[in-house]
Amino acid sequence: MFYREAGDFSTTYPQDSQTFPIKFDRYRYYVVLAVAFGIIPFIINDYWANAVMVPFLIYAIAAIGLNILTGYCGQVSLGTGAFMAVGAYSCYKLMTAFPEISMLIHIPLAGLVTAAVVTLFGLPSLRIKGFYLAVATLAAQFFLVWLFNKVPWFYNYSASGQISAPERSVFGIIITGPNTEAWAKYLICLVFVTICAIIARNLTRGSVGRRWMAIRDMDIAAEIIGVNPMSAKLTAFMVSGFFVGISGALFFAVYLGAAEVGESFGIDKSFLVLFMIIIGGLGSIFGSFAGAAFMVLLPVFLKNVLVGGLGWPTDLAAHLQLVIVGGLIVAFLIVEPHGLAQLWRLAKEKLRLWPFPH
Amino acid sequence: MKLTTMTIAAVMAASPVMADLVFPSLSYRTGPYAANGIPFADGYEDYFTLLNERDGGIGGVPARVIECETGYNTEKGVECYEATKGEGALIYQPLSTGITYQLIPKVTADGIPMHTMGYGRTSAKNGEVFSNVFNYPANYWDGASHAINHIQSLGDISGKKIALVYHNSAYGKEPIRTLEELSKKHDFELMLVPVDHPGQEQKSQWLQIRREKPDNVIMYGWGVMNQVAIQEAANIRYPMENFIGIWWSGSENDVLPAGDKANGYKALTFHNVGDDYPIFDDLRKYVVDAGKAAGAGDQVGTALYNRGMYAAMLAAEATKTAQSIHGVSDITPAMMRDGMEALEITEAKMAEIGLPGFGPEFKVSCENHGGNGLGAVAQWDASASEWKLITGFEGSDQEVVQKLIEEDSAAFAAESGIEAGCS
Amino acid sequence: MPEQLLFAMEVTLNGLMAGVLYALVALGFVLIYKASGIFNYAQGVMALFAALTLVGIMEGQVPFAHLINAIFGTEIHHFGWHVPALLAIFLTMVVMVALAWAVQHFIFRHLVNQEPILLFMATIGLAFMLEGIGDIMWGAEIKKLDVGLPQGINDWIDVTTLEALGYGFFIDNLDISAAIVAVVLVAALIAFSQYTKQGRALRAVADDHQAALSVGISLNFIWILVWSIAGFVALVAGIMWGAKSGVQFSLSLIALKALPVLMLGGFTSIPGAIVGGLIIGVGEKLFEFGIGPLVGGATENWFAYVLALLFLVFRPQGLFGEKIIERV
Repeated sequence: MFYREAGDFSTTYPQDSQTFPIKFDRYRYYVVLAVAFGIIPFIINDYWANAVMVPFLIYAIAAIGLNILTGYCGQVSLGTGAFMAVGAYSCYKLMTAFPEISMLIHIPLAGLVTAAVVTLFGLPSLRIKGFYLAVATLAAQFFLVWLFNKVPWFYNYSASGQISAPERSVFGIIITGPNTEAWAKYLICLVFVTICAIIARNLTRGSVGRRWMAIRDMDIAAEIIGVNPMSAKLTAFMVSGFFVGISGALFFAVYLGAAEVGESFGIDKSFLVLFMIIIGGLGSIFGSFAGAAFMVLLPVFLKNVLVGGLGWPTDLAAHLQLVIVGGLIVAFLIVEPHGLAQLWRLAKEKLRLWPFPH
Repeated sequence: MKLTTMTIAAVMAASPVMADLVFPSLSYRTGPYAANGIPFADGYEDYFTLLNERDGGIGGVPARVIECETGYNTEKGVECYEATKGEGALIYQPLSTGITYQLIPKVTADGIPMHTMGYGRTSAKNGEVFSNVFNYPANYWDGASHAINHIQSLGDISGKKIALVYHNSAYGKEPIRTLEELSKKHDFELMLVPVDHPGQEQKSQWLQIRREKPDNVIMYGWGVMNQVAIQEAANIRYPMENFIGIWWSGSENDVLPAGDKANGYKALTFHNVGDDYPIFDDLRKYVVDAGKAAGAGDQVGTALYNRGMYAAMLAAEATKTAQSIHGVSDITPAMMRDGMEALEITEAKMAEIGLPGFGPEFKVSCENHGGNGLGAVAQWDASASEWKLITGFEGSDQEVVQKLIEEDSAAFAAESGIEAGCS
Repeated sequence: MPEQLLFAMEVTLNGLMAGVLYALVALGFVLIYKASGIFNYAQGVMALFAALTLVGIMEGQVPFAHLINAIFGTEIHHFGWHVPALLAIFLTMVVMVALAWAVQHFIFRHLVNQEPILLFMATIGLAFMLEGIGDIMWGAEIKKLDVGLPQGINDWIDVTTLEALGYGFFIDNLDISAAIVAVVLVAALIAFSQYTKQGRALRAVADDHQAALSVGISLNFIWILVWSIAGFVALVAGIMWGAKSGVQFSLSLIALKALPVLMLGGFTSIPGAIVGGLIIGVGEKLFEFGIGPLVGGATENWFAYVLALLFLVFRPQGLFGEKIIERV
């Protein structure tokens, strides 16, 4: 009843092609932004920031990055963990080498470095595809982790091989290091998420995005209609790498504060981000957010219910949690293979007709 | 929104009504290292249960252990830290070098002490830089020195070839610097053999050892790597008495899969082994037989169970020290920190607890958060299926270790802008 | 003969042996992929689960003891009997067949005709579930697995080579038995698929689902069959690896060792899996032996992948491309 386009007339082309063509959607979007920027920073505490919000926002960026590659361009990657490590280590090198330059420059720079590395590892996609490519990206995963572990230059020759983020501030507000306030962590991540999501949204609905989708749907047909597969695939790798790099930089500098490559950026991370986009919905920016929220919240939620609420032994709860997460993933794939984003779309369709379904 | 209310409800339900001393146990009973995490967590919790059941707590205030499952995963560790610190947690023992590095700056900012017993950041021994981190009674670099000392005690070391088989991670790389220094000092040849995580397949490494025939092998392994390494060493008939593991490569789990062939394998330790101590009678009486044991209750007396119990004992002693310094029994984390810094473990104290000769004597001070670095060597007796201490608790080469600690902690202080000093 | 050459020969032989073990894991992947187009990531966890079940049955553990104790406050752990190895293997096989049925009935029956990536994700979900169930059923501690396979250096080879070449080669008895078991297993699989009705039906399904369906082959039955066979292969792999390191969580990570083998040999070719396994085994061991010391060692984890990747870039049809598979 409230959710429909009646009375919402487009008079110009830009209006017709805007991101949220329905007025209600636009308002909802502004409300979400207002709450995220205007309210949450004032009420957030350490637990919510560190256990829920910050990882959610950072994983959302990584999921957007992987979604561009896998969801929009159809190239499955299992190297996300290592690519995040590239972002983290380049951010670390940059912030220790040039302490006087703002983190707001270092983090996108780390993204650019990652973009270059990912493009390099994207080259095999010109020859192989499908699962073969997926397994090939594992080569990047294992090789990069080994490299960061092996070459002392990457961790500034520290005795332990760990990297830890020194304190840096932006506009006088500390955003990395132990003395960061919860709201500052949250806000810096939120700023990057918002920018990344807007860039991603606009890329994917423009000509670049359409080229990616053409390659995804059928590469030979795409080639015939004049899409250059090489440039399309490599730009997808590049853009994806940029986002993943930013998320890796934030993950290390803002969220963890200290990291060891094998432990923090192992293959589990690659699978985790892949889960997020599958659960959330391939080829959807909203899906990236939904998937990240689902995969971050679910374990915390289950733990609080099973251990905190029911008082079960932690090990039993942890094992059961594995079963439940696995079961939910399977159930999701069976019930709605296109993810949370599809559920959202269906809900919107229903809402537009409600209360008169015919 | 539902989640918010449920979480709050869950936290509320768990929140305390009366005064108690909170000891979070960041355990891992799942994941790749579960086999090692279970006995430690059981020992840690059982000791506090014993204190509650037998003595009514510490200084009259009951101890409460909040267990939080980390799965040896740093992110979950951070989540556990944030979830438990609001409950008035007195001390953190994260049981993972990765989580330790995450928490060092966090606990320092929050003013909660952290105890990393035989793991974590070695240079945290320097309390002038790491005010809230303690790693008594011994650390990784002491361990490397113990191993070399032990080899030396069995014969001249100069000109020998010693191999270090290590887990290719921050943890495994810890002893390299110390061993390099020691090899210069004592003139032995050091051979580095890294094993990548997880270490399920080590044929190459052990073929290399078979080819190059080092006189001794020192191992810094963890998880499945230990079992495979001991098995492969047995396969190539490497003399087990020349094979020394660090304390994290010295549990029953590591040697049992290799069966009789593991007989004679040595491991370092900083506490005693076995269950031949008066306290175990109490543990059986008040905890295990009363059905209050953590986990399955079948780990009592294993090496890692003892380590967990030892960690709990040290925490309880530090609590007592803190209580007597400040004259209050319901202490705060800041008081706990003072108690840890003033902790002194003597033979008389250990005998009183029911653990005579269980660990080394040591004294903590502001300059020295790491104790005296005493350690002993245990040997596996496969026929009796038990570890036996074959040396007393002996010191490490402080000349080498201390220099490295000062170097590393100075680098850390410079990097994070900490002004070293005792207040 | 120069020493280095002898060493290299020894490394090569050991690489071949390791390769057999990799091939054993890869075989499970190939069987399922061939018959149903599912890239079964859970194969490694199946090996863990099978080995856990085997040990549990042999030792007479009560399944779900921990859960039962936590809920009912009881203290049960063991039945108090020991089952002989062969009977235990048979019983484990029964469990694996039941698992195959459950997997097909509850999961993949509902996912017919979905995209391969979704099927792949479903198997990861399955891997999580199996891991959790395995832990709840049998506990997470390390268990010793002993089904009576010989272990340790083979003296005969050691002495013979020492006399003939002046340097005794090291070959593990366990590896030799693994190689024999693998050969028998592959022979049995080939015989099964060539000479039995079900085997021929299996090949028909692998070739063309719809054609197979139209001549009256039950896809459901074939899929259960193939998951059971994969379960059996997983059990064998679990026994071989479990004998080395004890049965524990890390056993499931052997799946990662099998993936480059699959890339090299192709997802659909059984000979490919075997030859690929051997190439990867020898390649990574020789690289670690020759180049490893120059770059600081521990190269095996990534080298297999890079080797497979380079190979594919130059020969996209893989080792035994059944046809020229269109990959770009």
